[in-house]
Amino acid sequence: MIDKYPKIVDGKSVYDLDSQKYLKMWQGPQHPGVTGNMSLELIISGDQVVACNTHVGYLHRGFEKLMERRRYINCFPIVCRICVPEPDTNEYLFAAATEELLGITVPEKAQWLRTLDLELSRLASFLMWIGGQSGSFGSGTVAQWAIANRDFVLDLFEELSGARIYHMYMIPGGVRGNLPEGWIEHTEKVLNNTEKLLDEIYIVLFNNAVFKSRAVGMGVITPEMIDQYGIVGPNARASGAARDIRKDNPYLVYDHLDFKIETETAGDTYARTLVRWKEMHQSISLIRQILKLMPKLGPIYTKLPNVLHMKVPAGETYVKAESTRGEYGYYIVADGTEFPRKITVRGPSYSHGMALLEDLVVGGNIADTHGLMLSLHTYPPEIER
Amino acid sequence: MKTIYEDLNKRFTMSGYKQQRDDLAFVTVDKDQLVNAITYLKDYHKFTHLAFVTAVDWLEENEFQITYLLHNYELKVDLGLKVRLDRDNPTMDTIHHLWKQARVYQRELHEMFGIDFPGSPGVNDPMILESWEGPPPMRRDFDTKKYSEETYDHRERQHIEPEDHLRKQLYPED
Repeated sequence: MIDKYPKIVDGKSVYDLDSQKYLKMWQGPQHPGVTGNMSLELIISGDQVVACNTHVGYLHRGFEKLMERRRYINCFPIVCRICVPEPDTNEYLFAAATEELLGITVPEKAQWLRTLDLELSRLASFLMWIGGQSGSFGSGTVAQWAIANRDFVLDLFEELSGARIYHMYMIPGGVRGNLPEGWIEHTEKVLNNTEKLLDEIYIVLFNNAVFKSRAVGMGVITPEMIDQYGIVGPNARASGAARDIRKDNPYLVYDHLDFKIETETAGDTYARTLVRWKEMHQSISLIRQILKLMPKLGPIYTKLPNVLHMKVPAGETYVKAESTRGEYGYYIVADGTEFPRKITVRGPSYSHGMALLEDLVVGGNIADTHGLMLSLHTYPPEIER
Repeated sequence: MKTIYEDLNKRFTMSGYKQQRDDLAFVTVDKDQLVNAITYLKDYHKFTHLAFVTAVDWLEENEFQITYLLHNYELKVDLGLKVRLDRDNPTMDTIHHLWKQARVYQRELHEMFGIDFPGSPGVNDPMILESWEGPPPMRRDFDTKKYSEETYDHRERQHIEPEDHLRKQLYPED
């Protein structure tokens, strides 16, 4: 006779794997449905998930420790590697925090260029995500379209900064380069194509019976859970919380731009997908506005003191920005030497991917697990810096 | 921000208030009163979002500093609460009952700095460093080079140029 519910010993459920009622299954670290290297240790009963334990540690590169031993300018090529698909937020935040501690102001044109770069990287990151999200529900076509189109956005980055993935564009003090000749026309072409693609994605993905029947009602985040779990970004906006750092605590030139916070109320995977789809349109509109309003002339860089002997005054600061996954922040403690005392990176995937995911997948279907994980838009590289 | 600090200062032992920006301030709280102060801020001043928990190692002063960063969505301000711990016996009260993600941060601090949070669920489970036997690696007195030389064997590797290798395979008589 098998008990219906697991035994509880010391306040924890003990799953008797020999009873043939429960099965332990690992999803990841090498799994096509998991972005980056992260594994979920699932206990399943039939095809229902009854317990989940997340395991990270396959990607740990010790960046926070590395940065304690390096000068500020040596940290600059490291920070972009913390989050692979969206490195520009890291570059901006590190630069902004260092500038704040040094008391440097950035020229106006550099601020516009930084905003432009951030929005482009948001678009590239969303395109990569929608590829994974639709792929996890069996719609590989959308995945191919989106990843192919992301490559054209990467071409723009290559023209602008010389690199496709890790741009290293926003150096403390300003940006590394001005817009190249013909870049604006090229961008307009890519944006037009992306808009066409987004319309096609809407037809193919959001009206798809399979996607609709699986995504609606899956992994619901209720408004009460937002504060309990520290949910930010599109995940919170899909549950009705109109919170966006670009509006609430405007940084760079976001207060000059015209956009509204996109929200949904259902809080399920479908709503989260829809919010991000709308935000891709928003990014395209913001890029067009920036290119129109940006000053044509002006300096793009403030001269720093000799960066190899640059001492940053003692102090601490926290700067944050809205990445595609929500609040991304850098907390830098300086102790008056050439080296940072501590740099902490606050990635939104930290709370989404570990605390929230462990509770959301329980009770769901095993086949929906990676679709759910992708709908939270977690990137394991920023969990373990 | 200043009014919130004055209200807090009436109830708790606080020091070192610093207004970094209009929307960001840091304050140092007494270790025993920290959980009370955070609970008070969460319930009465609407600091409902915990952005992160992190530790800073002040090796020279033999102290750890733990920073809790709270955010208020109505006033749109950040407040960093700092607490100083004795470095020889670092123990801190847990806040996992206030935010569910706090246990993940506390688990990481336990692993990386050796700071204990008694009562926090799963705080002793390894998060990143499974089967790690050395000292906590994020402490400043942890010497990475010395540790790797002592722990891991140096491996002599033979370097083979792919071009030479292919040539030897394809044209052995040359």
